[in-house]
Amino acid sequence: MSKEHDKGMSLIVKTITRLTVGLILLYGIYIVLHGHVSPGGGFAGGVIITLSFIHLMLAFGKGVAFKRMSKNMMSLFESFGALFFLGIAVLGFSGGYFFLNVISKGEPFRLFSAGIIPLCNIAICMKVGAGIFAIFVALVLLDLDTDKKE
Amino acid sequence: MMGLYILLIFMIVGAIIAIEVKDMLSSVIAVGAVGLGLSIVFLILKAPDVAITQLVVEILCLIILIRATLRKDLPFSTTGRWVFNTFITSVFMIVFFLVAVKCFKDLPEFGFPLMRVARTYIEHGKALTGSTNLVTSVILDFRAYDTLGEATILFTAVIAVLTIVRKIGRKKVDMPDEESDE
Amino acid sequence: MIIYLLSFILFCLGIYCILRKRNIIKIIVGIIITEYAVNLFFILSAYRIEGRAPIYSAEAEILNMVDPLPHALVLTSIVIGLATTALLVAIAMRIYEKYGTFDITQIRELKG
Repeated sequence: MSKEHDKGMSLIVKTITRLTVGLILLYGIYIVLHGHVSPGGGFAGGVIITLSFIHLMLAFGKGVAFKRMSKNMMSLFESFGALFFLGIAVLGFSGGYFFLNVISKGEPFRLFSAGIIPLCNIAICMKVGAGIFAIFVALVLLDLDTDKKE
Repeated sequence: MMGLYILLIFMIVGAIIAIEVKDMLSSVIAVGAVGLGLSIVFLILKAPDVAITQLVVEILCLIILIRATLRKDLPFSTTGRWVFNTFITSVFMIVFFLVAVKCFKDLPEFGFPLMRVARTYIEHGKALTGSTNLVTSVILDFRAYDTLGEATILFTAVIAVLTIVRKIGRKKVDMPDEESDE
Repeated sequence: MIIYLLSFILFCLGIYCILRKRNIIKIIVGIIITEYAVNLFFILSAYRIEGRAPIYSAEAEILNMVDPLPHALVLTSIVIGLATTALLVAIAMRIYEKYGTFDITQIRELKG
């Protein structure tokens, strides 16, 4: 218990982080899933989900964030997002051409509507979020290395 | 419409501060002020999707830049051919500005866009895609190839950053090459 | 017209910063400002007087929407800008680690 308190920032920051990080994650998921009926979409939602992990990492030190989302997990998410997006695109060939909206469109203003667009939003969210988190982790690790040398 | 002019002048003042101040951390924070002002401008111009994305990306960009500039003392040098460089740059700027003023006269007036392509999207967008947010329907249905190219560029940027940052390959320079025996 | 010129002044400030400054972080700042100015110009060219956001409403019919096409282009451009900024910062930090300075006039030995 006491060893865990040594890393990262002070107790006040950790308490506030524990309260807010879930809300940020929930807001990101909401923005991704409602991308086709309200403002938002895969890009903004993916970056918000990444920001919740970065918040955790800045407050608790990098060990806690890696426990929730390891490096293999990150590359898995990024590859899965790209393959999912391409898979949806190739699925359009069953009806005619690339990126055809094959699934039924449903009723507007509902959550489950608009065919492939919510699925594409989820794929874009995974790809953007995992990619930007990978960039951030790489930069932070580089910074730690240079500090150690000096 | 008055608020738009005030926000733009605020952004220009912030950019001048960011360029001319000598402390690097202050400069980076001034860039953050410019980006947040840009987010409010997007909101006034009726682009809520872009405003959300700009706000979030600006925060992340600020974190990355502060990580880069923290704890490094940076001397501010004005050596070299100061007068000559400033003269060349300002002449270039003035020529560029005159050409741009001539070009802006041929653009449609502010507030009256052409919308020749977008008329189709607005009239038939809801029936063709089923999505009520037209920006999402343009990104992921009408122009999905743009998004595919964007994903490729992002992937390339991630690979480039990881390649620049990694350190493992350099230590084995002095080791004898094992495969050359075979 | 005047508002286009204001966004162009922002663009010129960014170009001036890229051309004239000697510090790598200042050059990155200039690139970021230029990118903001270009995004702003796209969104300005899409605005319509008394326009509404391009989202359909369930209750009322919305008549004059703004142009959704530049919004889509700028949305992808912002995320790409973040990735390229991170790439520039990574290169700048590598240069600092090797030469101990951010001043581009003192980085002479490009052979490494």
